[in-house]
Formats: sequence, structure tokens, C-alpha cells
Amino acid sequence: MSSKLDLAGLTLAERILSVRAAKRVTKGELVVLDIDQVMVVDSIAADVIRIIEEDLDGVIRHPERVAVVVDHVAPAANVEVATTQKQLRDYARARALKLFDVGRGICHQVLIEEGLARPGWIVLGSDSHSTTYGAVCAFGTGMGATDIALAVASGRTWLKVPETVRVNLRGERPIGVAAKDIALEVVRRLTAEGASYASIEYHGTEAFSRSERMTLANLAVEAGAKVGLVPPSGGVLEEYDVPDWLTVDPEADYSKVLDIDLAGLQPVVSVPFFVDNVQPVKEHLGTPVDQVFIGTCTNGRLDDLHIAADILRGKRVADHTRLLIIPASSQVLEDAVSDGTFASLLAAGATFGTPGCGPCMGRHLGVLAPGEVCVSTSNRNFMGRMGSPEARVFLASPAVAAATALSGVLSLPEVVKNA
Amino acid sequence: MARVWKFGDAVNTDDILPGKYAPFMVGEDKFQRYAFAHLQPEFAANVQPGDILIGGRNWGLGSSREYAPRALKKLGVAAIVAKSFARIHYRNLVNLGIPAFLSDTVPELLTDGDKVTYDFISGRIWRGDEEYKLPPPPEFLQAALAEGSILDYYRKHGRFPGES
Ligand code: SF4
Repeated sequence: MSSKLDLAGLTLAERILSVRAAKRVTKGELVVLDIDQVMVVDSIAADVIRIIEEDLDGVIRHPERVAVVVDHVAPAANVEVATTQKQLRDYARARALKLFDVGRGICHQVLIEEGLARPGWIVLGSDSHSTTYGAVCAFGTGMGATDIALAVASGRTWLKVPETVRVNLRGERPIGVAAKDIALEVVRRLTAEGASYASIEYHGTEAFSRSERMTLANLAVEAGAKVGLVPPSGGVLEEYDVPDWLTVDPEADYSKVLDIDLAGLQPVVSVPFFVDNVQPVKEHLGTPVDQVFIGTCTNGRLDDLHIAADILRGKRVADHTRLLIIPASSQVLEDAVSDGTFASLLAAGATFGTPGCGPCMGRHLGVLAPGEVCVSTSNRNFMGRMGSPEARVFLASPAVAAATALSGVLSLPEVVKNA
Repeated sequence: MARVWKFGDAVNTDDILPGKYAPFMVGEDKFQRYAFAHLQPEFAANVQPGDILIGGRNWGLGSSREYAPRALKKLGVAAIVAKSFARIHYRNLVNLGIPAFLSDTVPELLTDGDKVTYDFISGRIWRGDEEYKLPPPPEFLQAALAEGSILDYYRKHGRFPGES
């Protein structure tokens, strides 16, 4: 696809929105646009259905563009949840919406795997980490129930064209520094509101795998961003049809530029209760840990499980520590079973949950007791996020999580390969 | 008179309504009882319809859960004044018709427990004989709010404000 518009000087976010608006638009302008894909999760489904049926005449403009994912409490933990999920399932079938039911996996992972987020697309999700679709340079952003219901009904949404923060990753990445560490460093440098309402563009990412790009884009929202875009390169160019207008203009107008020297980075943790409270693991070595959780839309993919398995193979999880692993999708689980990763982790003492969000939001499958400490590969460590408000969650990379599971205290892995 | 409930910076959506107390988990009739369950446990039992909330920077960061502000609405919270709002949450507030005002000064001047009166149409709050002015919302939102809410606007016009 090519575009006759003058896109000179525009950032990736401005390009995507301009092409869709069929006119050149720049930061600050308000646009109303057609959407390529809307994603609805179980936890807010009742609200979305109610608004569509009661307030919007039951209209669904493009049912084929709506994906419904049962993941936030899957399988159901109680009767309330089961009732909503049944309602959603019935609704999806009746209205011919794509349904990804219990066990298929976490919404963001599933949409990427299913090709329902593609370069240059506009994808709205009823979940804040919908920025993850930026990994394939889709304009992915999260919204609440009313906006999502309007998007499902009308096929459109309103957006303010964001300004763009450019992040340049330079230098050589040291062994043991994961995409997660880099993503957290970006959040630390920007702070939790440093990219509010903005697009983050991640440059210097040519060598990053799709999974690593997902980790970067996933955490964009933790700096307040509307969208986190990774320019198409590497494997993404081979796997997708990338529109020829979706390119980086070196003259684009960025509101802020952040240079990060990868060579200077080291493994980090987000110290509770704020995601942007990022500190070197080194400063917290030896902190006793009750539970290690490897999973979520941030770091529950095959490469993450490989890293964990490389550290744990032939060894045992520490006596006083639980290692909980929840693959991000059924695909990840199948791959981990067939390549032996699953067996290695099981033999090391890991316990596995159904692909889905698990305890990420403190709802089931591994919530924390008062006083417990968890090292988690997820993206939020807010007070009470994973259970008791008196539990503490440290966010870390899969390598740090696995090393911690092995020793029972916050640890750095001895030798780690980058994915 | 309305009570002011004052909070600090970076109040997140898990603070406003922890994920485990979503209507999805505990039922549509009960979830509002858990507003600020961790951060301010006495809030839900004591807030009165018409009370207002004051926040610092980045109010509502985190999840897109609209049921967090919906819990506040069910409890009768009349408005939120903060120094800045997180993006998704701000849209949710607007969509629910909860007045959300940006102000650097008002959050500094009011204190927790203050008794105030207000007129949010003209954007004013009074504490005793002191008057505080609030800035008007952006035009797009004014157009939506003039019809009630963004849903009302869309239903009436079949399009979004500003769309031809
Ligand atoms: S894994 Fe956690 S952060 Fe990701 S979508 Fe699920 S609840 Fe949200």
C-alpha cells in the first residue's frame, strides 16, 4: 500500500493516523478514525455488552473486526466470573465475534499470534497494555468499557494525535541485560507520567525479536504512553506486509529524545509500589522471596521460558520458594512442551497454570499473603496488585526471576544468554 | 456541604478499585464498597453523595478498568480535581460523566476534610468565603457533555463531536 499524502516530517504515530484519516494530521489534532481491530476481554465484557445493547441499539458495525478473549480470570474462579464469561461466550457466538476461550492465552499475545494486529493497523483493546501491538508497529492503545463499546458499535473512535518521544537504544547490549531491563530503564528515565498522552518510538531495535519488541511496547503504558511503536525491521519485515509509507523519517518532529547507552545497563527490578522505582538488582540481592511468577503479556513467551529453563535445568527451586509459571498462550505452552522446556522446568520444581493472566491482577492462581515477597515478570507492582496490600512485588526479567527461584533470594543469574 | 477527600500523587486504578474487587469478581451490586480498600479503607463507608476528590499528579494511572471510576460514581463522588490525569482514566471519567478538572493550584489549597460548596457548570468551588476557579474542559468534551455524555452525543448525532 502506498500513500499520496505528504508524510514528510511525521512520526510513526502521525503517519498511521494520517493515512487512516486520509489527510495529513500532526500532534494535538483530534481525529475520528476507522479501526482495524477491537479487542474485548472477559473482565469488562458485561459493561461493554450492556452499553452496546442498552445505549447503542445493539449495533455492531464490523463483527469480523471484534476479538473476544477470555483470559483475565481463566478458568473462572467463582460464580460471578463464570456468569460473565458465559454471557460473553453466548454473546460472541450470537453476534459472530471471534472468540478465544479459556486456555487460549492472554489477549495481547493471542492477537499477535493470530495476526490480528499488523503493521500500520489501528487496534483498540479494553486493556491498558494494548500498547503491546506496537511491537509490530500497529497503533495499539487501551481504552475503557464505554470507548470500547462505542468502537465495537461504530467501528470508529476519536483520538488526539499524540506527540512522540523518541528513544534511541545505542551501544552493545551486555549479556544478561534483557529487553525487560531496557523497558524498565525507559520507564525509569521517563517516569510513570513522562510520556503521558504521547507515542514512544523505540529506535535501535533492529536486532530485537518480536517477543522482545512486545516487552518494550507492553511497558510503554507504564510511562503513561498512548502507544509504543517499534519501527518494522528484521523478522517483522519478513513476517508481515509492511506498508511502504510506514517508515521512519529522520527529520520527524519529536517532542523529546532519550538516548540510552545499552552498554551501561545492568539487570534491574522495579521496587514496590511503583513501576518507575527501578533499581539495580545488585542493591537488593539476598531479599528473601516467597513466590516467583514467570508469565504475563510482558514476559510469558517461549523465549522467556527458554531463559528460565537454561538457568533451572538439572537444578531445583529453593525449598522455601514457589515457582509459578503461566505461559502467555496455548501456543507457547505447546511449543514449550514439544521442545522439552516444559519438562525441564517441571523437573526443577515449577508449577504451571492455564495460559492466561493468572495472579497478575491478584484475582486467582497464586495471590499473595500479607508479608509475602514476589518476584514477577509482569508489569505492575502497585500496592495490592497481586493480592494482599501488605505483599511486595518486585518486577524483573525472566532471568532474574529464575535465578531467584533457584536460590530463594533475589539473585542475579550466573551466566545468561540473550534470546 | 460536601467533604473534600484528598489524595496524593500517582493514585493508580488498583488503588481506586483493586482488581480483585471488580464487579466481575464480587458482583455488580457490591463492588463499590471496595473503592480505595487498600489506600484509604475508611473511604467507601464514609463518603457521602456530592463529596469531591482531590488528587495530585497522574491521577488514575494504570489499568483501563472503567469500573474503578464507576465505583466512585456509584458512591456519589461529584467531581475529581487533580494536577494531571492519566490518559485512559481521563477518558473513562468523561465517558461516565464524572467532572474531571485539571488544576495545579486547587489541589494545593484544599485539605482533606474541608467542607465546600461548588458549581461545576461555571467551574467554581467555595470554602467559606474563599472562591477557587477551575478551568473549563476541552471543547470536544464540552460538546459531548452538552448532550449529557459521549454516548448521548453519538446516539443523537450518529457521529462523534467534530466529525463531519
Ligand atoms: S497479563 Fe497482566 S498486564 Fe497482561 S493483560 Fe493480563 S492482567 Fe493485564
